[in-house]
Amino acid sequence: MIMQPQTIAEKILSKHAGYPVYAGELCVVPVDGAMATDTTAPLAIQAFKEMGGERLAVPDRFHLIIDHAAPAPNERIANLHQMMRSFATETGCHFYDIGSGICHQVMVDHHRVRPGEIFMGADSHTPTYGALNAFACGVGSTDLAAVMLTGKIWLKVPSSIRVNLHGHRLQPGVSAKDVVLEVVKQLTISGANYQSVEYHGELLHHLTLSDRMVLCNMVAEMGAKTGIVSPEGLQLPYNFEPVFADKAATYTRVLDIDTTDLQPRIAIPHSPDDVHDVSTYAGTPVTYGFIGTCTNGRLNDLQAAAAILKGKKIASGVRLVIAPASRQVLIDALQDGTLQTLIEAGASIINSGCGPCVGTHDGVPGDGEIVISAANRNFRGRMGNPRSEIYLASPATVAASVLHGRITLPVQTD
Amino acid sequence: MPKAHVYGDNVDTDRIIPGKYTKTLDLSTLAAHVMEDIDPDFSKRFIAGDIIVAGDNFGCGSSREQAPLALKTVGVSLVIARFFARIFFRNAINIGLPVLEVPLHKIQPGDELSFDLALGKIINHTRQEIYQATQLPPVMLNIMQEGGLVPYLRKHKDFIL
Ligand code: SF4
Repeated sequence: MIMQPQTIAEKILSKHAGYPVYAGELCVVPVDGAMATDTTAPLAIQAFKEMGGERLAVPDRFHLIIDHAAPAPNERIANLHQMMRSFATETGCHFYDIGSGICHQVMVDHHRVRPGEIFMGADSHTPTYGALNAFACGVGSTDLAAVMLTGKIWLKVPSSIRVNLHGHRLQPGVSAKDVVLEVVKQLTISGANYQSVEYHGELLHHLTLSDRMVLCNMVAEMGAKTGIVSPEGLQLPYNFEPVFADKAATYTRVLDIDTTDLQPRIAIPHSPDDVHDVSTYAGTPVTYGFIGTCTNGRLNDLQAAAAILKGKKIASGVRLVIAPASRQVLIDALQDGTLQTLIEAGASIINSGCGPCVGTHDGVPGDGEIVISAANRNFRGRMGNPRSEIYLASPATVAASVLHGRITLPVQTD
Repeated sequence: MPKAHVYGDNVDTDRIIPGKYTKTLDLSTLAAHVMEDIDPDFSKRFIAGDIIVAGDNFGCGSSREQAPLALKTVGVSLVIARFFARIFFRNAINIGLPVLEVPLHKIQPGDELSFDLALGKIINHTRQEIYQATQLPPVMLNIMQEGGLVPYLRKHKDFIL
C-alpha cells in the first residue's frame, strides 16, 4: 500500500489504529490517557456503572480532578466531590483533590500526556495538550465512561486547517493570547468544527510550552476537535519522538498570519470570535479583572501582570482576582515574588483551580458589571451572571486595565 | 403534533444550561433551568415531545453533557440544526437525545413537524415540505437506535464500526 502524505492528526491516529487512516475515515483507537473533572466525572462514573463497569480498563491512565468548583461551595457539590473521592479509592485511578489546579495544567505539570499520544478529556479545553504535539480531544461524560470501560474510543479522523504563524518576534505587550484571539477571529466560533487546527511557522521556534498551550487551548473556541502544534522548537524535560506533518499533506484551508506587527487583541461581549484591537475599546470602564484559567493562569501570565502592577495600586472601585493554574504555578509565583507584587497591588489571590471562569463560585460579577478576563469564553452568563459583560484579553491587558479602571493597552505610555 | 421552537446560530451550552446549575446528578434541577437565559418563557410554551430547531453550530462551548440531558429530560423529542458543535452532537447521541443535521429548511416557530430518524426525514406539516438530514456514520446511527451509548455498550461490549 502506498502511503499518502499525512497531517499530524492522521499520523498519530494511524499509529494507534495500526493502519493508515485519513481525514473522513472512522477508526477505533486505544487511548493513552483520560481525565474527568468535577463537572463531568459524576455523570461519567454513573454512566460507567450503568454500562456494567466495575474495573477501569487501565487505572494508571485515568485521572479524576476536582477543579471546577473547588473547594466545594455548597453541600450538593461537596457530595459530588465525595463520590469522586470514593470512586478513585475503589478503582485505583489517579486523583487530584482541591488545590491541585486546573485539570489541563495538572496533566501537563505531571507529564500525564506526551508527544504522539491520544488523550481524551471530559472537558472542552482538552485540546490544550496539542501544545505537546499530542492528539487530545474534549468529550462528554458518556464517551469518557466508554473510554474508562474499554480503553478505546471511536473517532472520525478530522481534516486539518493549517495555520502558519510567520514572524520571529511579537511586539512588546503582545503575547500568545493575542495571536490566538486573531486566529479565533479569522476562523470564527465554528470555523474549525470537526477539524484539527495544526500550527506551523517560524514563530514556533520562539514559543514556550506555555505559549503553545494558549494556541491549542482556544481551538475549542473555533469549534475544533483538536489543535496540534508542530514540534519545531518544543523543549521538554524528557526524550520524545516528535510527530511532523508530511510536506504534501492535505489541508482544507491554509491561514497565513504575519505576527510581526500584531497588536494586542480583545474579544468583546458575548462571543470569543468578536475580536478587535484593544485600542478600539480603550477607555471602556471596567470594575473587575480576572487572571487565571487553563488559557492564562501560568507563571509567565502572572509575571506579565506583575511587571505592569509592580509598585502600583489597582484603581479604586476595581478588583482583581487571580487564580494560579496549578499548585506548581502557585509555588513558583510565591517563590519568585510575583504573588507579593500582585497582592501589594491589590489583587485577591484565590485557590488554584478554575476559579470564577465558569460561574460556579469564587467571584461572580454583579448586574451591569464589565469584566476584563484572561479566560477563553465570554458567552453571556459564563461567569454566573447573564447581566454582566465579559471582555477577553491577555493577562498584560487585564493588568493594565485594572490599573486604570478602564480598558488600557498593555504598553507603557506614562 | 410536535411544534417547532426556533433559535438562531451559535446557541452555546451556557445558554442551554448555565454552568452554575450543572454540578448535579438531579435531572429535575437541570430541567428546571433549561434554556432559561435565552428564552425565559421556554418552560411555559414547551410541551413534551416538541422539537428544537436551530441554525449553525448548536451546542458550542463546554463539553457538559448536562446540556443534552436537560433537553432530553424536559421531553425534547428531536433537535434539528443546520450543523451541531461536535461535542454536543456526540453527547446527544450518546445519551439518547435524537439530533438531525438539516442544512436546508424553512421551519418557522410553531410549525408542526414529524420525523423518521432512521431515514433522516422531517415533514413540515404546516408548510407541506419535506427535508432530508445529513446521513449519520453507521456507528452513530446504531448508538442512536440502541437509545444511547450505555445500552449500546451493554449489548455489544465494544465499538462496531
Ligand atoms: S479554567 Fe475555565 S475553561 Fe479552563 S477547564 Fe476550568 S472552567 Fe474550563
